[in-house]
Amino acid sequence: MDATLPNSPYAEDARAVQMPEKPPARRSGKLGDLVFLGLTRGAAILTLLLLVGILISLLLGAWPAIREFGLPFLWTAEWDPVQEKFGGLVMIYGTLMTSLIALIIAVPVSFGIALFLTELSPRWLKRPLGTAIELLAAIPSIVYGMWGLLVFAPILSTYVQQPLQRAFGDVPVLGALVSGAPVGIGILSAGIILAIMIIPFIAAVMRDVFEVTPAMLKESAYGVGATTWEVVWRVVLPYTKAGVIGGVMLGLGRALGETMAVTFVIGNFNQLNSLSLFEAANSITSALANEFAEAAPGLHSASLIYLGLVLFLITFVVLAFSKLLLMQLAKGEGSRT
Amino acid sequence: MSALPAVDADYRLPLHRRRKVINAVALMLSLLAMAFGVFWLIWILWDTLFLGVQGLSVAIFTQDTPPPNADTGGLRNAIVGSLVMVLLATAVGTPIGILAGVYLAEYGQRGWLGNVTRFINDTLLSAPSIVIGLFVYTIVVAQMRHFSAMAGIIALALIVIPVVIRTTENMLALIPNSLREAAFALGTPKWIVIRSVTLKAARAGVVTGVLLALARISGETAPLLFTALSNQFFTMNLQQPMANLPVTIFKFAMSPFSNWQQMAWAGVFIITVGVLVLNILARVLFRQRH
Repeated sequence: MDATLPNSPYAEDARAVQMPEKPPARRSGKLGDLVFLGLTRGAAILTLLLLVGILISLLLGAWPAIREFGLPFLWTAEWDPVQEKFGGLVMIYGTLMTSLIALIIAVPVSFGIALFLTELSPRWLKRPLGTAIELLAAIPSIVYGMWGLLVFAPILSTYVQQPLQRAFGDVPVLGALVSGAPVGIGILSAGIILAIMIIPFIAAVMRDVFEVTPAMLKESAYGVGATTWEVVWRVVLPYTKAGVIGGVMLGLGRALGETMAVTFVIGNFNQLNSLSLFEAANSITSALANEFAEAAPGLHSASLIYLGLVLFLITFVVLAFSKLLLMQLAKGEGSRT
Repeated sequence: MSALPAVDADYRLPLHRRRKVINAVALMLSLLAMAFGVFWLIWILWDTLFLGVQGLSVAIFTQDTPPPNADTGGLRNAIVGSLVMVLLATAVGTPIGILAGVYLAEYGQRGWLGNVTRFINDTLLSAPSIVIGLFVYTIVVAQMRHFSAMAGIIALALIVIPVVIRTTENMLALIPNSLREAAFALGTPKWIVIRSVTLKAARAGVVTGVLLALARISGETAPLLFTALSNQFFTMNLQQPMANLPVTIFKFAMSPFSNWQQMAWAGVFIITVGVLVLNILARVLFRQRH
């Protein structure tokens, strides 16, 4: 077009008509585009900065404690605000132990729920049950915590702890595991409440990844005479392995960082004298929730921030790992069908 | 020929029976797991509703939090405080979340910034909320040297952002590309396409995300513990510590006073009903449009 225009007798006219109209329209569009791109990109970068900001601010806040106690902080059990001697072992142990108990209970149950929702449930029940599980995930953790303290702990004490103490009180190892005041508060009840909390998360992810399995794979297995269980165990589970582990990790991340559900029922007592599951204990989050607002500035609050930093790093690694596994499954989805 | 199936059947029978038994046991366990999950849901909801309704009264909405063992008192300051902080936090967090979500869905599908942001955002989505509280404490409360509702709002807004980013990106990804292409073919600049075509088409989904974020932060306690703290009195001053439902419930439920505990049940009832209504609303809205 451009090559022919100069020869045309109407070239000047054509340019005169086009020139004043088009460029301004384009320019305002371009300007709007630039501003909009800048705004949206700025918002995305802000999210990145948020993570960096959290890390830096926690590092700065914890610095006095890091300088004073160094890495041995992680395996020192002493926590003495009066003499300003701090170690995080009790809380780290509490956090890891409650999350472990929660996983032991929640993983098989979530697997069963996902299996039921994808393979067994009649069609008309699928949706309401799936919604119910998702709503369970939406209930705020403070509800679980308060219910755990005022309703569940007394029941656990009366019907589980006290019979166990009567039965195993004199047996050496088992007796130590169930010792403690009969109030139903401690590592075990915190673990159970956490399990109830994370079951919906893990079950929802498992259900979603189970549904990713191509119908053809499952039908082939059914076609050669496999039972429902064999299809799930030998076809669906191997196919969705990465996604299932990702879901479990997601639940673990939630459990590690959960505050209110744990704080209510763990008893908030700094001890590691007995390994009893029924003795009041402490976790990183419950220590923060109880002590931080009243902690004296200086080593005490710096040590608490140090604990928060440890918690953040652990959960970040767990969640990042979970995300990577889930991404791996999503990537395979297109190529393997 | 006729002997073969018989031998075959004899040979297979124990194995076949074992497989059937294993299958039946596994399916039974799966059924039990489902029952187990629903059992807790019903138990917790029943207690919350039953004990919560018992604690409800007109005074809950008209009077402020009482001292221990008083005969009267309510949760007015906490309810109003929660509403103020949750709404303001949503108002602050939503635009940032939507903008970043638009970037991820429309500009950064492939680039490094998009991928990294998506990854970081998904981890922030489940990051411990108490750490967000610590972060806001160090950058706001420690600098201003006092707890304030403002700090609480910032903490809650930081929790809103990842939720809104995630849903906005997902909803925009559902919009068919042909819609965008049709608009581009008319010569429309990209930002107008996004504003008037894609975002408009995904409106219901984006609103769903905002509702879910609202539901998420209305029950958040941990990030408020050392930012907004709590307040025994009614206040609308954002520079002051402000009462809010979650922290008040925490304080009241952990106390040995029966009037406080009863009020905590009423508070938990209000929060649970609010969160469930928001969630159901979000679901209905989303289902109507998609």
